[in-house]
Amino acid sequence: MTDQAFVTIKNAAKSFGTFEVLKDINLTVQRGQIVAIIGPSGSGKSTLLRAINELDPLSSGEVWLEDVQINKKLPYRQYEAHVNQVRQDIGMVFQHFNLFPHLTVRGNITLAPRMLKGLSEAEANKLAEEQLAKVGLSEKIDEYPSRLSGGQKQRVAIARALAMKPKVMLFDEATSALDPELVEEVNQVMKQLAEEHMTMIIVTHEMDFAASVCDRVLFMDQGVVVEEGPPSVIFQNPENERTRNFLRKHLSR
Amino acid sequence: MDLDLILRVYPFFLEAAWVTIQLSVLTALLGLTCGALGAAARMSRLALFRWIGAVYVSLWRGTPALIQVFILYFGGPQIGIQLDSFAAGTIALGVNIGAYMTETIRGAIISVDRGQTEAARTLGMSRWETMRKVVLPQAARMMIRPLGVNINALIKGTALVAPISVVELTYTAQRFIGSTYKPFEMFLLAGLLYMIIIYAVGHGINWLDRRARIT
Amino acid sequence: MGLDFSVVPSYFGVLLMGAGWTIAITICAGILSFFGGIVFAVIALYAHWALRLPVRGFAFLFMGTPLLLQLFLIYFGLIQIGIDLPAFVAGVIGLGLHFAVYNSELIQASILAVDKGQYEGARTLGLSRGQTLRRIVIPQAVRAVIPPMGNNMIALLKDSALVSVIGVMELTLAAQQAISRTYRPFEFYLAAAFCYYIVNLALEAGLRHLERRIAASR
Repeated sequence: MTDQAFVTIKNAAKSFGTFEVLKDINLTVQRGQIVAIIGPSGSGKSTLLRAINELDPLSSGEVWLEDVQINKKLPYRQYEAHVNQVRQDIGMVFQHFNLFPHLTVRGNITLAPRMLKGLSEAEANKLAEEQLAKVGLSEKIDEYPSRLSGGQKQRVAIARALAMKPKVMLFDEATSALDPELVEEVNQVMKQLAEEHMTMIIVTHEMDFAASVCDRVLFMDQGVVVEEGPPSVIFQNPENERTRNFLRKHLSR
Repeated sequence: MDLDLILRVYPFFLEAAWVTIQLSVLTALLGLTCGALGAAARMSRLALFRWIGAVYVSLWRGTPALIQVFILYFGGPQIGIQLDSFAAGTIALGVNIGAYMTETIRGAIISVDRGQTEAARTLGMSRWETMRKVVLPQAARMMIRPLGVNINALIKGTALVAPISVVELTYTAQRFIGSTYKPFEMFLLAGLLYMIIIYAVGHGINWLDRRARIT
Repeated sequence: MGLDFSVVPSYFGVLLMGAGWTIAITICAGILSFFGGIVFAVIALYAHWALRLPVRGFAFLFMGTPLLLQLFLIYFGLIQIGIDLPAFVAGVIGLGLHFAVYNSELIQASILAVDKGQYEGARTLGLSRGQTLRRIVIPQAVRAVIPPMGNNMIALLKDSALVSVIGVMELTLAAQQAISRTYRPFEFYLAAAFCYYIVNLALEAGLRHLERRIAASR
């Protein structure tokens, strides 16, 4: 591991009309680092995460993955090709899973590796089996998503993202849509990834999880990073009044 | 595009369009009657009526309308039913669309919430009163749009009497295609008239539907 | 002149062959209307206006006119521009295009109803717009409209009787041939109706089976 910057966000700003969702945000994530972004809803944390892989492009500012600028200004066709290329290196997990209902678990996982990385059917199947074993769902390989619980769906979604061998994983409130008793199985998988030193950026409402897994915590509010630091500082000894207010509401539960 | 030709033949098409309109109106009226009777039979308390209704819907929807027209027009005389082509076409098409309308009407009635019936019955209303005063007024609004779909199909379906030589739009177009060898012009002329009829009726149904929703 | 069904069995082979052709036309036109429906839907939603407008105009025209009129246009129109197709092919094209327009309307609405998350899920994996449409959106949109498209297939089976008018040898025309020799229209049209009814029941059963099979993958 090096301390060299891996994901870099420079002067990120985004607005819808006159409403500024993100205001001049700077963030550097190192290889193997796990960063949690917390904050009230509407604080811009999901928008920031979705800007990293160009789902919600920034109005201004730069996003880099290693030495590649993700949000390069290019003519339409070149831009599309470029974005499709860099997205292969960025795994993303959504609140609502976004599994493809018409494909089996196997189909969900093998689709992109086969189409975009040219894997043979046998190679892709092996990959799917490996990734499913990792999330503990080997026996569900030929099920359709409609037959899975929410927790299982999310674990498949993680396996699908991992099958592309991403350099960084983005989690957008991955456990928010789950019933409480299903949250832990997904958290376990994420902890396991943390132990393997996967670089992760996690938008979450779960303070306990953020405190136990992450190296750094960012508190965002009204489109700015109000405070950031190691979890021990942010959760136990925050400097900013807004951070304290937010945590008082969320930690008491 | 042969404009001269179109100008020469269009009066024949206008006359044919009038026949198509007559066919459509009569077919629709007969269809609605058969549909109402069919739905009543399908929802009757008597198993025999329910069975008759189900057989009517299944057979008439399960076979081509064209064959039904042929059976009545060409086969009718064998069983003592002698009809001219216009009457045979209208009756066959009306009874045919009636089978579809049966299901439309029944579907709308079924879709009225069961709680409505229960509420009316607990007030002491009879089965028939409940149907007439509570269920049907609500169902009537819901069936306008799907009946509109049936009517749209029925207008296009009137073309099926062309093969038994009723001089309506499609027959006229066919005849002029045969004598002028100008299929595109004849198609456009007949097509334009069909579309005027169909889209006018469609607007009328939309207007009715909107009005029914307000009240 | 009463009814006499005793002549029907001797034309059993003719009717059976007619029924075979009816099934063949329904399958060919059904396949054409299925893929044609997808192509029209994609064009109507996404193509350049120079392609989109003609296709929309064509759909407008075909939805507002009777199938029989369209069959005359295609059969005689093709002859006029020097393409003399066998009646069977003209019939398949006419039926196929007619129902492709109706399928296209269903598929368009279904494509627009596919969840935004499906696009995001596919795009974050690195799939391009075209790949996402082809592999993710269209398969889902088509699955969602299998029941109403099935109804169109059933309508297509019955409307295939219309191609007898442009001389395609199928069940209705087979019955007419038998009638021209025996002068027994009632018996033979009824026999033909019976055949249609059986094929119709089989098609309905097949479609219900298909719907059940894809239920899990929706």
